[in-house]
Amino acid sequence: MLLTVRDLAVSRGGLIALSKVSFALAPGRTLVLRGANGIGKTTLLRTIAGLQPAAAGQIEAASESIAYASHADGVKLALSVSANLSFWSAIFGTGKAATAEAMQRMNLTSLADRPAARLSAGQKRRLGLARMLVTGRPVWLLDEPTVSLDQESVALFADVLRDHLGAGGAALIATHIDLGLPEAAILDLTPYRTAPHQMATPGFDDAFGDAFSDGASR
Amino acid sequence: MQLSARVLPWLVGLTAVSLILGLGWGFFFTPDDYKQGATVKILFIHVPAAMMAINAWIMMLITSLIWVVRRHHVSALAARAAAPAGLVFTLIALVTGAFWGQPMWNTWWEWDPRLTSFLILCLFYLGYIALWSAIEDPDTAADLTAVLCVVGSVFALLSRYAVKFWNQGLHQDSTILKVGEKDPLDVAYYVPLVICILGFVLFFIMIVLLRTRMLIRARRLSVLQARERMA
Amino acid sequence: MIALLKRDLLLSFRAGGGFGLGLAFFLLVAVLVPLGVGPESGVLATIAPGVLWVGALLACLLSLDRIFALDYEDGSLDLLATAPLPMEGVVALKAVAHWLVTGLALTLVSPLLAILLSLPPVAWPWLMLSLAIGTPALSVIGAFGAALTVGIRRGGLLLSLLVLPLYLPTLIFGAEVVRRGASGMALTTPLAALAAITAGSLALLPFAAAAAIRVNLR
Repeated sequence: MLLTVRDLAVSRGGLIALSKVSFALAPGRTLVLRGANGIGKTTLLRTIAGLQPAAAGQIEAASESIAYASHADGVKLALSVSANLSFWSAIFGTGKAATAEAMQRMNLTSLADRPAARLSAGQKRRLGLARMLVTGRPVWLLDEPTVSLDQESVALFADVLRDHLGAGGAALIATHIDLGLPEAAILDLTPYRTAPHQMATPGFDDAFGDAFSDGASR
Repeated sequence: MQLSARVLPWLVGLTAVSLILGLGWGFFFTPDDYKQGATVKILFIHVPAAMMAINAWIMMLITSLIWVVRRHHVSALAARAAAPAGLVFTLIALVTGAFWGQPMWNTWWEWDPRLTSFLILCLFYLGYIALWSAIEDPDTAADLTAVLCVVGSVFALLSRYAVKFWNQGLHQDSTILKVGEKDPLDVAYYVPLVICILGFVLFFIMIVLLRTRMLIRARRLSVLQARERMA
Repeated sequence: MIALLKRDLLLSFRAGGGFGLGLAFFLLVAVLVPLGVGPESGVLATIAPGVLWVGALLACLLSLDRIFALDYEDGSLDLLATAPLPMEGVVALKAVAHWLVTGLALTLVSPLLAILLSLPPVAWPWLMLSLAIGTPALSVIGAFGAALTVGIRRGGLLLSLLVLPLYLPTLIFGAEVVRRGASGMALTTPLAALAAITAGSLALLPFAAAAAIRVNLR
């Protein structure tokens, strides 16, 4: 298993949004997270990425195996496409070859020397996704990866993702769009929504009394 | 925890009020100083306020550390509750100091180390309060202000020494703990002053308790509102 | 590690990067003060150490909010936080990059401005030395303030409010060194104090700043 999540609870703004989430990702597998807007998909991904602490439960993954792509592309507008990518490859220690390969696979080679400021929204998104390739990490956490991509680019991305899975990687994707990956498992988060009376984060009731009991209306 | 807090304010409030009244008499039943005249009586506000200005910061530092280590929410809120009180004490010390300095040193303001230090302390309070009010998420705000409080304490101390080095001043040293040395505080002032200090301490505790309770309720309310929105 | 430093330097030299703004501001202060105070060289020489130090401090302050805010907005900070680089290292490197484009530059041009303010030539080496020793503290303290306020919209003003009180000891000792240098007094004590503040800040504040960033990212 590349990633195992057990009874995970994630909190947002001091309230538990999702709880008792459990799943496992084996090499070559994709899990697509579904759920209404605001249910906590982003929060779940950020928690698994280690950007925020889990309110409860365990996340098991090898250290430095996870790469996370948020809504934002992390693209520096003043730098060229290749400079953007080679920066991240230097940070993740994957070398120059990885940069060239990532550009080639995300169809960015012809744009290599163009400043990112002059890229279209879709091209920028492709650059943001190429960043994932450059990290060289097996587990990808992708938050709405296909926003502002045209159909062709979505297909291109699906190909790249399939290659990544074929090479023993795994992906956890929050998306509403069908990526054309029939083998991908789907996890609907709706049943994991926390019931309102269980929303307090640990320690909250200790400190503030039971805010959710009827006594609080005093 | 909360239950005890619910009983306490009345007790503390009453004691504080009675003590403040008691020390108020200190104004009218102490003799005028042979050099300073009646202005010396500013002492009864100035000194306790200045002490509490520092003590409030120390209390904020301690409660911030408790929050960081034990993650006890009330501790963070108590630090938040103490800050405006500390700021007001600092301002009182500065303003009464100005009123005192005018007849004594013939100036409203002097860049004296003590005065400057209190002005700097005032800036630290302002920054701390501003940071609390700028951040929406309560836990984030508690964490960040705690970090600021710890770092700020170190730099406030540094500033104190820097300012001492920068200018030797007009302000006399503290004489409260100098009983038996030469030029001590007169006994006639000593007793009412101690009562004043006690009154200020109780007053501070009362304010902090009241404000903490207010913040706890606000916090509960926001949680209930969030629940409403989600349901 | 070097890649991050290189990228930050590159970005600050590119359009909109802010390099030169600090210098121009520093120059402006040195021009405005004589215009406001009057051209008498005796008066100017007396206030020159303080004015130059205050000018340097404000020039530093100008570019502080860029240290993390840009990376936070475009999502780079998320990826940096999951990168194999410790956040403390990221903070330290960014402070170094900030110092190279502001503190070091200010130090190098300071003798020119000393001429404008009639600072006696004997004090020039002390001015440069005190700025060289003191401005790293300004950058790292500023990085701490920037880390605290990175999640706040329009946090620039708050940042100034938080950082300026922390700058006071550096300002006091830095200007004192120059003042004593100008009048030929012994200046070991303030110089040592200045160096101690810088060393202490460099050693400890990256940890506080990294903690603040982690809090802001969650």
